[in-house]
Amino acid sequence: MPTGVDAYWLRLGTTMLMYGVLAMSWNFIGGMAGYPSFASAAFFGLGAYAGAVAQKYGLPMVVAWSLAGAVAALFAAALGFALLRLRGHYFAIASLVVAEVLREIVNSATNLTGGGMGLNIPVPQMASIADQARFFYYAMLGVAVLAFGAVLVTQRSRLGFGLRCIQQNESAADMLGVNTTLYKVNAFILSGVFVGVAGAVYASWVHYIEPPDVFDVLYSIKPIVMVLLGGAGTLFGPLIGAALFLSLEELVWRNYLSVHTGVLGLLIVLLVLFLPKGILAFRLRRT
Amino acid sequence: MTTLLQLSGVSRHFGGLKAVSSLDLSVDRGEVIGLIGPNGAGKTTLINLITGVHPATAGTVRFAGEDVTRQQPWQAARRGIARTFQIVQPFPEMTVLENVTAAALFAGGLAYGERAEAAALEHLQFVGLADVAGKRASTLTLAMRKRLELAKGLAMNPKLLLLDEVNAGLHSTEIDHALALIRAIAARGVTILIIEHLMKVVLNLCSRIVVLHHGELIASGDPQSIVRDPRVVQAYLGRRYADASH
Repeated sequence: MPTGVDAYWLRLGTTMLMYGVLAMSWNFIGGMAGYPSFASAAFFGLGAYAGAVAQKYGLPMVVAWSLAGAVAALFAAALGFALLRLRGHYFAIASLVVAEVLREIVNSATNLTGGGMGLNIPVPQMASIADQARFFYYAMLGVAVLAFGAVLVTQRSRLGFGLRCIQQNESAADMLGVNTTLYKVNAFILSGVFVGVAGAVYASWVHYIEPPDVFDVLYSIKPIVMVLLGGAGTLFGPLIGAALFLSLEELVWRNYLSVHTGVLGLLIVLLVLFLPKGILAFRLRRT
Repeated sequence: MTTLLQLSGVSRHFGGLKAVSSLDLSVDRGEVIGLIGPNGAGKTTLINLITGVHPATAGTVRFAGEDVTRQQPWQAARRGIARTFQIVQPFPEMTVLENVTAAALFAGGLAYGERAEAAALEHLQFVGLADVAGKRASTLTLAMRKRLELAKGLAMNPKLLLLDEVNAGLHSTEIDHALALIRAIAARGVTILIIEHLMKVVLNLCSRIVVLHHGELIASGDPQSIVRDPRVVQAYLGRRYADASH
């Protein structure tokens, strides 16, 4: 891999892996537990700023990334115990405002974050621009592999089974001895930790972040579309969905610059109407 | 006999409505108790407050010597209090086997893996659902779903089994089948509290009957004395009928 591949494809690959991480992460809470979370942007932005601020104070890059993951996980745990007592739509709405609140906090904490002026992240010392691009591709690949490993382990464990029970009938799961709040919080932590790391890697990759960029609500919406596109609750669905989504996004972006958000919206509507269980449902329906 | 479940002065209010008020009830290990009463008497509320779904607003619930008044439903399940629902509650998209495995896993205390599945299959054989173990729960008939509820209840390895109208909606052959099952469960030493409208079932099965009316316990005793108790007749059929028959 990618010696001689041009910069565009490397960039696209890194973005693809990042989307994969976002989609796989959302799958823990949205797919497995059935709780439509809009908190991805909050974890992403929090991770990006945690990583950037840590590097600003001199921490090595990889340590800063790990710290970002830990911050996102802790935040998810605290947020989860507060929000996951709410069920269904109430939780969705509550999770939606979290990114907005964080963005305002980051905006006003000028000393630490640079506020609206944004924050520069030190550029790693490397031989060439191409080496840098390759480095961040592999870094994002590493995060994606970790996330995939976590999905694999979770799906074959008591936690994954309990989450499926919650998704199907939460009251019944409760009655059967599933500590539902704890299980949902665990799913929420898993949905936050890798997104936090991905946010920090992203920040290092693009060298400069500002609140509207990393707390963009699209970071919450895109993973949901990807997972629904691929198949919620499944192992490969989120990855397939992320690949499909990025392809569509690239095609539409390049060819219909002025209407691309409209096309994205149309895609979501079609998806909900005709493919509520995702692409993988075709295969399942046949068997 | 030792006491398994002890309710002392238990009340549950919903706003101004007293669903259950200052109720005392003691259940011994191995008893099969019928809980009867007109619609709205507070029978399901009573089960809900034993299992922590709607904790008591006053009074205490003790289970196996432990104060469990404030417990969560999942804690009740792990302590050995299992219930079936009046309106059956399967995990619709899971197989019948997975449904029962979940019960064995989370309440029955078995580890994740094949042993939990093997145990679940045993319970399915016991209730006669082994043939449909691989089918999705949503494809079962009502009678089968009721039996699935029983299998789930058993897989939880309960000390106390609360059955909320397991026979509602079944025809008489199915009821006979369910009766035989419940009797077999009782023979294993499981204490059972059963809510039931069908007197045939209650009279056949129970060693003791308690009667709820407007959230209060109005009678408790062996089946024969209960059906002759004027307060019970009055609660069910009205004062005029009760006066006329005495």
